[in-house]
Amino acid sequence: METDWSVIFDFLPELLKGAKTTVYITLAGLVGGLILGTVAGMMRAYGGRVLNGVAFAYIEVIRGTPIVVQVMFLYFALPVLADLRIDPMTAAVLAIVVNAGAYIAEIVRGAFLSIGKGLTEAGLAIGLPHWKVLVYIVGPLAFRRLIPPLGNQFIVSLKDTSLFIVIGVGELTRTGQEIMASNFRAVEIWTAVAVIYLIMTGTLSLILRTIEKRMRIL
Amino acid sequence: MSIIEFKNTSKHFGDLKVLDKATLSIEAGEVVVLVGPSGSGKSTLLRCINGLESITSGDLIVDGLSVTGGAKQLREIRQEAGMVFQQFNLFPQLTALENVAFGPRKVRGMSREVAREVARDLLEKVGLRDKAGHYPSELSGGQQQRVAIARALAVKPKVMLFDEPTSALDPELKQEVLNVMRALAEEGMTMVVVTHEMGFAKQVGTRLIFMEHGKIAVDGDPREVIDTPPNDRMKDFLQHV
Repeated sequence: METDWSVIFDFLPELLKGAKTTVYITLAGLVGGLILGTVAGMMRAYGGRVLNGVAFAYIEVIRGTPIVVQVMFLYFALPVLADLRIDPMTAAVLAIVVNAGAYIAEIVRGAFLSIGKGLTEAGLAIGLPHWKVLVYIVGPLAFRRLIPPLGNQFIVSLKDTSLFIVIGVGELTRTGQEIMASNFRAVEIWTAVAVIYLIMTGTLSLILRTIEKRMRIL
Repeated sequence: MSIIEFKNTSKHFGDLKVLDKATLSIEAGEVVVLVGPSGSGKSTLLRCINGLESITSGDLIVDGLSVTGGAKQLREIRQEAGMVFQQFNLFPQLTALENVAFGPRKVRGMSREVAREVARDLLEKVGLRDKAGHYPSELSGGQQQRVAIARALAVKPKVMLFDEPTSALDPELKQEVLNVMRALAEEGMTMVVVTHEMGFAKQVGTRLIFMEHGKIAVDGDPREVIDTPPNDRMKDFLQHV
């Protein structure tokens, strides 16, 4: 069978619909992941023994298991265990939230702890409570150092959505797979899928690089 | 009533006694110079005053408040006892003016305009009015330390604590910081200064304390005790600074 690139255009609307689902899962998942990760990271960095322990256990469990297993657990095991039935889309978003959250927690912890102790002491010494020192002094500095590793995680999470093919979410990879199954145009379709992923990750990189440029790393 | 009162104060790090049953009263208006070999506990003694180090036993009263009285009381103490650090510790994301205005704004609750006015006056006082818009990375070490002094003063403390304020500075930059400190002493500010600058101790200090192994070994008039050290170890120490 000869390669015929024009078939891509026939299936482009379908592929873009898949890409839209990928973007949706990624965005929703990362917003949640950022919130969860920040909370867990702060618990690790500044929490007492109990909070630190809880966050540590969460991070170790998630980092120590594959994301495919995590989403399978959410989708297939949770209904059995807790009689909690969720649709594939919710399972996918939740998997990204929980998975990215664990990695982001470590990024947040690292960034906050990398800010010199002297600045915290200077803030405390003028009579600020510790939380205000974190919000006004350490936080803004840590945020700048957060961006490069966060960019990495965003891209990883975006690509991880392709694994949700296993629970039948109609994201980009699944869409490609389905088209391929009907017309056997492997070269054309998988090239198109790869290029669409590249465009999405490229856009993400570009946004992060712009933010980074506009902010001096101190 | 003394403004700072150590009552049998000890500080241990594990088995190590960094501060060993110190008893010391500092009155308002005194300029106390703390000297001693490294590890003698002088920085720890200073850092206990504003609670950056917690004390292990005994008591320590600052402006009528005990440092063991909980977080809120500690914040009140810190507002009355400003601190200047060896490494300046200016907030790098803020300009000189914003660094100085930060305390009045976030701690004393002044409006933005009033806080900036206070900050401008203090920068003037330390001779850096023209550097108000500069970031710390754009200032020399001596200038950074002067901004740090202004930042501590901005909260209107009754006592100023200096932790080796000139140790990280080149010799020619030390003087500009020492001059600001001298001017402050002349205004009657109560000061506790950890330093190796014996010239400053003799000229500006009203009292000198020599520490050794976490204990106050010598406590006297700076000129007297520097010229005729009452203790062999202090004599030995002075030969090396």
